[in-house]
Amino acid sequence: MTALTEAQAPLAKTFGEPILTVENVCLTFGGVTALDNVSFEIREHEIRAIIGPNGAGKSSMLNVINGFYHPSSGSITYKGVTRSRMRPHQAASQGIARTFQNIALFRGMSTLDNIMTGRLLKMKRGLLWQALHWGPARAEELEHREFVEHVIDFLEIQSIRKTPVGTLPYGLQKRVELGRALAAEPDLLLLDEPMAGMNVEEKEDMCRFILDVNEEFGTTIALIEHDMGVVMDISDRVAVLDYGRKIADGTPDEVRSNQAVIDAYLGVAHDEDDAHDESRPG
Amino acid sequence: MSERGATLAAGDSFPKLLISNAKFRGARSAMREKEFGIWQTWTWAEVLDEVRALACGLAAAGLKRGDKLAIIGDNRPQLYWSMVAAQAIGAVPVPMYQDSMTKELAFVLAHAEARFAMVEDQEQVDKLLEIREIREKAGEPSVEKIIYKDQRGMRNYGQSFMQSIADLQAAGRAYDAEHPEFFDTEVAKGGGGDLAIMLYTSGTTGEPKGVMLSNDNIIITARNTAELDGLCDSDETVAYLPMAWVGDNVFSLGQSYVAGFCVSCPESTTTVMADIREIGPTFFFAPPRIFENILTQVMIRMEDASWIKRKMFKAFMSLARRVGPAILDGKPVALLDRLGYAVGRVLVYGPLMNTLGFSRIRLAYTAGEAIGPDIFDFYRSLGMNLKQLYGMTEGSVFVTAQPDGEVKTDTVGKPSPGVDIKIAESGEVVFRSPGVFLEYYKNPQATAEVKTADGWYSTGDAGFFDSDGHLKIIDRAKDVGKLNDGTLFAPKYLENKLKFFPHIREAVAYGDQRDEAVAFICIDLEAVGSWAERRGITYGSYRELAADPRVYDLIESEVAEVNRDLAKDAQLAGSQIHRFLILHKELDADDGELTRTRKVRRSFVADKYGVLIEALYSGASHAEIETEVTYEDGRKGSMKADLVIAQAATSTTPAPMKLAS
Repeated sequence: MTALTEAQAPLAKTFGEPILTVENVCLTFGGVTALDNVSFEIREHEIRAIIGPNGAGKSSMLNVINGFYHPSSGSITYKGVTRSRMRPHQAASQGIARTFQNIALFRGMSTLDNIMTGRLLKMKRGLLWQALHWGPARAEELEHREFVEHVIDFLEIQSIRKTPVGTLPYGLQKRVELGRALAAEPDLLLLDEPMAGMNVEEKEDMCRFILDVNEEFGTTIALIEHDMGVVMDISDRVAVLDYGRKIADGTPDEVRSNQAVIDAYLGVAHDEDDAHDESRPG
Repeated sequence: MSERGATLAAGDSFPKLLISNAKFRGARSAMREKEFGIWQTWTWAEVLDEVRALACGLAAAGLKRGDKLAIIGDNRPQLYWSMVAAQAIGAVPVPMYQDSMTKELAFVLAHAEARFAMVEDQEQVDKLLEIREIREKAGEPSVEKIIYKDQRGMRNYGQSFMQSIADLQAAGRAYDAEHPEFFDTEVAKGGGGDLAIMLYTSGTTGEPKGVMLSNDNIIITARNTAELDGLCDSDETVAYLPMAWVGDNVFSLGQSYVAGFCVSCPESTTTVMADIREIGPTFFFAPPRIFENILTQVMIRMEDASWIKRKMFKAFMSLARRVGPAILDGKPVALLDRLGYAVGRVLVYGPLMNTLGFSRIRLAYTAGEAIGPDIFDFYRSLGMNLKQLYGMTEGSVFVTAQPDGEVKTDTVGKPSPGVDIKIAESGEVVFRSPGVFLEYYKNPQATAEVKTADGWYSTGDAGFFDSDGHLKIIDRAKDVGKLNDGTLFAPKYLENKLKFFPHIREAVAYGDQRDEAVAFICIDLEAVGSWAERRGITYGSYRELAADPRVYDLIESEVAEVNRDLAKDAQLAGSQIHRFLILHKELDADDGELTRTRKVRRSFVADKYGVLIEALYSGASHAEIETEVTYEDGRKGSMKADLVIAQAATSTTPAPMKLAS
């Protein structure tokens, strides 16, 4: 932003303690090693990117964090608790929300209703109360609706509030999905390729929303992306995976100048011997 | 409507009007805004409280009498209040277009010498910071304080010269508590002659000019027109056009403060149509383009409707087109048609108007450019009292407006109350009214060019009064010429009339210093193509279609209809189109014949097709032409054609009922 000179620079960004630590995680599917001894940490309030070429193990990493996959070895510590096996719904109730690479919304439902589903875990009243839609259940719904309206306002999707999401363009569906994740008031937000398949304008919008979420609510964000340009612009720290291994970790500038990263992305030919020595997992 | 409802507020400045409204209709709604999905409402008493806090806050922050306050953002209640708050302490609000590029904004800010800026959100703040930085580097003064409405994204802006509206109001309330006399004393100092507002006109030529309007300009104009149209405090309108546009200031501030009606601000620019539907305005303004878009939407949706709905829509719309406008104007209509229309209202018109949010509309205006008669009639036939007006920033909008029951598609109505109009020798419309602006800011030369010392303003538009005393605007004065017999020749007027036919895409009329008017026509390939298809006329190219004698017949009948229409006006009857030809190619911006905004470059076309113009006047029956064309890939080629020249039937005044041929 050209408008911010050094004299008027915004307050420096501060990060807290690690909210999530991944240590020596391995994940195998039969003979295939998807993650090989990966370690990194995500600190509070930061935007942490995990990048890598296709098939590098990015989505697997996210699914491990999310509790969808269970690592074959290694440990994951979230909010100070090291867990062995966790189910996705447990992850959700502990403040981890996510979006998906392939949009997973209820296509026939409106934007508003889809985002309301993000509040599900916050609802206290049981099925019967909700079905009656009366008394305390009604009051509760109004409260949640108010929160959802703030999310809608934040993401600037007022005009599609009542539109069935199935009829929306792709970029907007992605935004609705982000809205649903935000409605859960997450401590850690996982974004699986939030810019995939978007045009330049949609990408710019999405970048701005990710930055705004981080800035306004202090939400910690971990995002996976293969579009390097986007990631380098918005992330605080970047971990690079290639063939299931972490090959670099650091600030965008450090990662950008890292030879291993350049090679992985540009596909520089390694010597035959090298390839054998590294005995890369497939 | 109660007695009080129709009482107009008293006062010669906006803050005084506000105080009067707060006193006499304090509990009535003054302003609404949809936020977080719910309409928030402020009463007149609450608005006064907000404005008071803002005014004291601005004063406490150092804004002084005579200072300028830039206002930049979408239509937001807080921004409207800031305008009145600035006026309360004698400062001058200068609303600016929220979508201006930084460069344009920088010019206006510097020219207006705005000390403070009241903006909507981070987007505008960033523009202002960028401008500030550039100006500071150059050692020039810039905006000293930025006040923003929306907190979003502003968390990390630590600059001391920035403040949120909420904080400013809190400071204002504290200041008010210490100086309880301050607000009322400052308001009392203001008067009708004071500068109320400065509006920058976008100006197609040269730099934008700052039009200075006084309290009297806007308030007297608003009062006159509110009286004429019977606006009262039970009316409702939606403020969705730019705040920097004079119309918004006269409708959403002037008339609202005078008549005491409620103004609603949409949730966002993308939800305007849905918000209009929820509010159901009784008073509505939109430029022709918007009415056209809505009509297109309706037509598209009807195409997709079920068979029975389509049939019903078609049948009842044809009835409505025939008798609707007459019923609206209270003219006699056959009983059977009246019954049919009543059924149509239940089955089609009512539900349609309701879907559009127009059920409650009592008064609607359009202005800015010529509206197609089809579009205009569509809304009137549905029972919407849509009228045209003519105005401009320099005249506080209202110069003429169509009175109820006297609506025509091709005039802009009678002079508004208090407006004197005369037509200059050259055909230019000149007027004097309570709304004529004071002057252009820091530009006496430009002021002198358009405004005389005794208050006559030259509009630059050519027009005349028709037999009913309605003003008809025909063209820009500089484009209007004369035929050899002295008849007015307004090319754009003729061309627009031709272009209202869907088969005619472009038309170029010639006739200045000639004996008769002639025209080039470009057909609309799509419209004429489907017309030809229905008749089994085969064609291989645009050129072939354009040269088909049956197409010539079609266009001839349309030109003849334009002529019949022209013959009704004594002033224009002489400029009927005697001969025309259909060009063998479409006019194209790539060939330099159109501007990029699709306006015909008349003189360029005249040069390029000079041979054809001569042929049109020589009485020849055809003309050969070789033109250079630019293909889409940039290659140039030449195109030879032998064009037929056709005669068009002309009519005599008064128009005969049927065409003679």
